[in-house]
Amino acid sequence: MRITFNKALLTGLAALAICGSASAAVSQINGAGATFPYPAYSKWASAYKDKTGVKLNYQAIGSGGGIKQIEARTVDFGASDAPLKAKELDKHGLMQFPMVMGGVVPVVNVKGIEPGKLKLDGPTFAKIYMGEITSWNDPAIQKLNPGMDLPDSKITVVHRSDGSGTTWIFTSYLSKISDQWKSKVGHAKAVAWPVGVGGKGNQGVASYVGRIKNSIGYVEYAYALQNHMTYVSLKNKDGNFVQPTSENFQAAAANADWKNAPGFYEVLTDQPGAKSWPITGASFILMYKDAKNPEAAQAALKFFDWSYANGDKMAEDLDYVPMPDNVVELVEKTWSQEIKGKNGPLWPAK
Amino acid sequence: MSDIPAEAGSPLHVVRRRAGALGDRLFHGITGLSAILVLAVIIGIAISLLIGAWPALMKFGLGFLTSDSWNPVTNDYGALVAIYGTLVTSLIAMLIAVPVSFGIALFVTELSPRWLRRPISTAIELLAAIPSIIYGMWGLFVFAPFMSNYVQPWLLDTFEHVPLLGSLIAGPPIGIGVFTAGLILAIMVIPFITAVMRDTFEVVPGVLKESSYALGATTWEVVRSVILPYTKTGVVGGIMLGLGRALGETMAVTFVIGNSHNINLGLFYPGNSIAATLANEFTEADGQMYTSALIALGLVLFVITLIVLSLARLLLMRLSAQEGK
Repeated sequence: MRITFNKALLTGLAALAICGSASAAVSQINGAGATFPYPAYSKWASAYKDKTGVKLNYQAIGSGGGIKQIEARTVDFGASDAPLKAKELDKHGLMQFPMVMGGVVPVVNVKGIEPGKLKLDGPTFAKIYMGEITSWNDPAIQKLNPGMDLPDSKITVVHRSDGSGTTWIFTSYLSKISDQWKSKVGHAKAVAWPVGVGGKGNQGVASYVGRIKNSIGYVEYAYALQNHMTYVSLKNKDGNFVQPTSENFQAAAANADWKNAPGFYEVLTDQPGAKSWPITGASFILMYKDAKNPEAAQAALKFFDWSYANGDKMAEDLDYVPMPDNVVELVEKTWSQEIKGKNGPLWPAK
Repeated sequence: MSDIPAEAGSPLHVVRRRAGALGDRLFHGITGLSAILVLAVIIGIAISLLIGAWPALMKFGLGFLTSDSWNPVTNDYGALVAIYGTLVTSLIAMLIAVPVSFGIALFVTELSPRWLRRPISTAIELLAAIPSIIYGMWGLFVFAPFMSNYVQPWLLDTFEHVPLLGSLIAGPPIGIGVFTAGLILAIMVIPFITAVMRDTFEVVPGVLKESSYALGATTWEVVRSVILPYTKTGVVGGIMLGLGRALGETMAVTFVIGNSHNINLGLFYPGNSIAATLANEFTEADGQMYTSALIALGLVLFVITLIVLSLARLLLMRLSAQEGK
């Protein structure tokens, strides 16, 4: 009798403890979405957990999956590399904000060409992906690279085979600089590629470009660096040839007009500025404006705030680009205005 | 002692029979339920595929099967490229795997010295146990460069001016494409076909074989006139098992087929298969039509597999009808 009583007491206490912890403090934040920012998010999360004990459970299932999950309210936040349009956000009662940035970098595998040496401009680059320029010693490429010994070899174009935010940023750039690309192929997370082979994920494209001689592809900056790939110098809107560097990505973001972008819908490709890298993009977080679980939403906001404030160095170590401070300020202001729980705003106005 | 008459009154064997009858019924019920479960799952899959594919089927109709367009931007989808890639890679795989498997099975059961049988059999079973992603990675990192550097340039040079083969053996020698995918598939299905063939060859009664040998038949004559007729159901079954696997194989194909929505006669060109398209695009497919078109592709694969299995049944029925003639 006594044993059963003790057991019951214990079970009751345990149940109480569980209830208590759920109502008092959230110990886990759930998120799902884009794969591109995953390394940065997980590094922030691990540091944040050491500091506060709050765990982030982020599933890198892809931007599309992240959007579906947040729409179904199975997670506290979703993440997407491509921003949703304001209309789309309103339809689901969502809000979005940029969390971290990165650049998309063209990479080549041509014998004798070193990283950063090959120069391309937008129209030439688009023609290669249209399948109109098919050889490395094409006059258009040679003209941009006087004196460079370019081989008389067929170009193998490599693109993503899966739908991805990287492709969304990349085709946004091609659509801006080439009317032909805009009308024939277009701008989306997956497109009908005129030529080339498809690799799955950044890793897939990186390994295809590494394997196939005389190939060209595009990957996130971090992948180009970590795989020691031969990246290309691109001509930007101001007419300067720029190298893909953290500094040049930030230059592109600094010139963007975030204030007048409804729902932070801002595409950072082909931005003006002497140093701006032309294929830059931000990764976005999606959250509900009316939080069904205010404690969890608040915990998520606390994590984002902490990451904005303390995560810059960690992001840069992983070759990501942190958001500029003025953008962060704008984002946090939007939190206090838009995200509400049962008892009003979840984030204090400053 | 008074227990004995009581026992005699209700004879033990009657009790046993009653319990037996109940057990029988229970056993019958459980096995029947298991069998029905399989049917229910298949029908359930078919129905859910049909429901998911409905918007795409309504929009594109039969044109879905004949259109080679696959454009997520304009939401215009057709299955032809994926169907073509699936069938061609599987065909290449079967052309290579069936004769090779037959050879291995025959060698192991009929010709091999006794001490060699076990190592070969074990090796085949090990091959069958390798996860397909390993084949994919090996294909991409080891096999594709080998094809690209040595095999494809040589094939291109050799067959350049041969009429029909010349147009088949064409394309960029990058090691990634329909041809490489077919070869990887062949390597993957060989253990399955071989294992089934070996097992069926082994059950041929020794008396039959020995009688033929006694009549002066050569090994090949024994194989053709005794072993094959005796085991044809198993052989066809093994081939179909391999074909089923080749049609549905996903990861290994995705790695080496090139994932390009284009149809080319040349086998070195990159292409796409149904399973590879699904694996690549399902996670990021947003928009109802995109998802629906992908599910419709799944439905097409389901139907193709069904047709293949039905053809195998027909073949077996015709074979057994010819028996005794």
